[in-house]
Amino acid sequence: MTRALLLLAASVLAMPAAAQTIAITGGTVATGDGSAPIERGTVLVANGRIVAAGAGVAVPAGAEVVDATGKWVTPGVVSAMTDLSLVDADGVSESNDAGARGSPFKASIDVSVAVNPAGVKVANERLGGVTRAIVAPEAGGSIFAGQGAVIDLGSDPDALTRARAFEYVELGEDGGKLAGGSRPAAWALLRDAFQQAQDYRRDPKAFDGRSRDSLVTRGDAETLGRVLDGQLPLLVHVERAADIRQVLGMTRDYPRVKLVLVGVAEGWLVAREIAAARVPVIAHALADLPASFESLAATESNVGRMRAAGVQVALASTGASGGDHVLRQFAGNLVAITRVPGATGLDWGQAWAAITSGPAEAIGLGGEIGSLRPGRRADVVLWDGDPLELSSVPVATWVDGRAQPMRSRQTDLRDRYLTPTEGALPKAYERR
Amino acid sequence: MKLGRGRRALWGAVAIALPLAACASDGKDRPKSAAAKAPPVKYARDPYPSTYHAYPGVPTLVRNVTVFDGEGGRIDGGAVLLADGKIAAVGQSLDAPAGATVVDGAGKYITPGIVDIHSHLGDYPSPQVQALSDGNEATAPITADVWAEHSVWPQDPGFGRALANGGVTTLQILPGSANLMGGRSVVLKNVYARTMQAMKFPGAPYGLKMACGENPKRVYGSKNREPSTRMGNVAVDRQTWAKAVAYKRKWDKYEKEGGDPPDRDIGMDTLRGVLSGEIMVQNHCYRADEMAIVLDMAKEFGYHVTAFHHAVEAYKIADLLKASGTCAAVWADWYGFKMESYDGIGENLAILDHAGACAMIHSDDENGIQRLNQEVAKVLSSARHAGIQVSDAAAWKWLSLGPAKALGIDQQTGSLRPGKMADAVLWNGNPFSVYTRPEKVWVDGALLYNSSDPKRRPVSDFELGQPGSGDVK
Repeated sequence: MTRALLLLAASVLAMPAAAQTIAITGGTVATGDGSAPIERGTVLVANGRIVAAGAGVAVPAGAEVVDATGKWVTPGVVSAMTDLSLVDADGVSESNDAGARGSPFKASIDVSVAVNPAGVKVANERLGGVTRAIVAPEAGGSIFAGQGAVIDLGSDPDALTRARAFEYVELGEDGGKLAGGSRPAAWALLRDAFQQAQDYRRDPKAFDGRSRDSLVTRGDAETLGRVLDGQLPLLVHVERAADIRQVLGMTRDYPRVKLVLVGVAEGWLVAREIAAARVPVIAHALADLPASFESLAATESNVGRMRAAGVQVALASTGASGGDHVLRQFAGNLVAITRVPGATGLDWGQAWAAITSGPAEAIGLGGEIGSLRPGRRADVVLWDGDPLELSSVPVATWVDGRAQPMRSRQTDLRDRYLTPTEGALPKAYERR
Repeated sequence: MKLGRGRRALWGAVAIALPLAACASDGKDRPKSAAAKAPPVKYARDPYPSTYHAYPGVPTLVRNVTVFDGEGGRIDGGAVLLADGKIAAVGQSLDAPAGATVVDGAGKYITPGIVDIHSHLGDYPSPQVQALSDGNEATAPITADVWAEHSVWPQDPGFGRALANGGVTTLQILPGSANLMGGRSVVLKNVYARTMQAMKFPGAPYGLKMACGENPKRVYGSKNREPSTRMGNVAVDRQTWAKAVAYKRKWDKYEKEGGDPPDRDIGMDTLRGVLSGEIMVQNHCYRADEMAIVLDMAKEFGYHVTAFHHAVEAYKIADLLKASGTCAAVWADWYGFKMESYDGIGENLAILDHAGACAMIHSDDENGIQRLNQEVAKVLSSARHAGIQVSDAAAWKWLSLGPAKALGIDQQTGSLRPGKMADAVLWNGNPFSVYTRPEKVWVDGALLYNSSDPKRRPVSDFELGQPGSGDVK
């Protein structure tokens, strides 16, 4: 079965992808928009986009038909707040472009120029069902980490879905540390930088931004201007309930800022306020320890309780040491706790949405990626079982309607060492 | 079983050492040739002894339940009886003794409590503040003199999460991996107590944490001192083992013959314990080629490596590990976070097991320890998709009996064998499903977590009175 699918994937790959019409029929279809899965549904793809998904979808003549009977068909996972494609190995500083401690530039740093679609982790995480990523910079020398990007994980050189997709800022404990030692210092820095961005907007020629004692460079001021205009969503990392309230209060002074909260371990304590402010959240999925004094109330029920209060919640890949594909394990656990007395989790549809359409919508790309709704980019994964279950794996994957190779460097290593002993020649001569 | 040789040697050494200690202390049976010498006085091997005691339990029969006995056996619709703190019986159908609590296990699974061989709970606790960061004595590459138990903070909220969300009933707390020889480990029952001693697993042997690879050379290289390279790592290890061999020779002679006691060295005591087979070596090591070097070093100085931890590339040398009777304690799928983890694959544990080497899961993480059953489920999925068949029941060995053997406590815990400690978990479904959580956890027969009873949910001192105190976590 798997072999047949691989052959099929290879044949699809050889065709001109954009014009290809593909009908994936007979599978359990989860659209990723929060709805419950539909049995015996069809997903229709044409010109790299979703045409239709669900029951009663007609298969046009000439379409490539993929039989998904007994399988699941879903949008690919969208990994939020990841360094995927910026890093080969996190601890190898030479390979790591996530953060820049020594740079004089802060908010204007743009990670899209470092995106490497050929990194081995990209292919391996795609093999785990991840097809898009919200790639975030890491704050180094300032509370402003820089501008993140949205990428696809397709096996082609064109990875960028959107460069300069958002600005990422650290407040709370990390922000205080980066700003010189305290939360008040971080807030002073933030407000001053916004003020200077406004100055720059009013009169770019009169703006300094180049002298040695200038706190905000011209590039940073220009970037923050786009944040204040609401062109560039502002993702703010905070954990503590009091910090969340403080950030929500900021929108009074800067009403056009498109705010997104990240982390938010104590969000459940202020869930109604977050919901009332209509601010989306990209939260830790399972943080349940008081890892710091700003997350004392952390609980696995955080996401479920925020969702129940009407907050739009997506999951962050933070803490996924096994790689971004671990997101579906996180989401599955949120379904698991619905059976624990006193705990609040998510139903299956909500859980799947939290790692697909949820992150896409949080950064304003819900119309493009993250679900199988008509018109979305055709990032489709065919699974051999329930995709939240640990026993399931993708058996075919399409990105922008293009069938993807189902191998990675990790599968090459596996195949070389399935039998660890050496044969007639050293292992170095064993390869596919 | 791969551990048999090392373990028997270990218990043998203990069995011989104890009567000798008794003889020495009452002064009888002194060797005649040493008549003129002062009698030998042994230093205490267990100066911070366990004060752990089992909490009260009621005889409990779980019936109509799927049983993974932890030794590879599975009984569908079976029964397990816990009584007097022990596993009393396991079978298809058992009668409830008078007064026993009867639990209907329909749709549920019962397993041995999970044993995590690699944890830093208590010595790197939550909150992760510098004031509580007590896991690495990173001031010298050899700190065999430190004992992790002297850093354990019994109020770490992580213990409670590992119990309630993870079904972990026993865990080894190790020093960190900054040092080549990081110090002694301690094995704990996962039961909150006021003191570390009251958590200590009674009779568990000590371990010596060693580390090879990137961490020691980075930590000391950045201080411009040896070791700054992998060859430096091995050189410092060898120099230290050579001293330990001499130390052991002196002390063995003294403890046999008496006379003037040699100078005492607390770190060398630990290394002497390793060379005598009383202390087990738990060696952090990622790369296959480095593990092979460590195995030769162990032969050179006459000790046994019980387990390589992390062992991300162990799958490349499954045959060598099998031949030396050395285990690998691994993650399911961690890879790519440092150079020496670049070649990590999800099939590591399964390839080792399939090749007949001793392998098990471990956490090394305060979050991962809450989901070790799921980590094994991921290994099973990788294995089966690669064509390696392992049954669910057999895979439970990677969670309890395997680590119990590698800690030298498999006679007491690690499987649902009658007579062993009643350390057990009732899961609300198949524990290899992502949708399953612990429903009840017993340690020595005492019900210490019950998902439907908030009073059976531990709250550490640190969390008491804080926001969310007593909440589901």
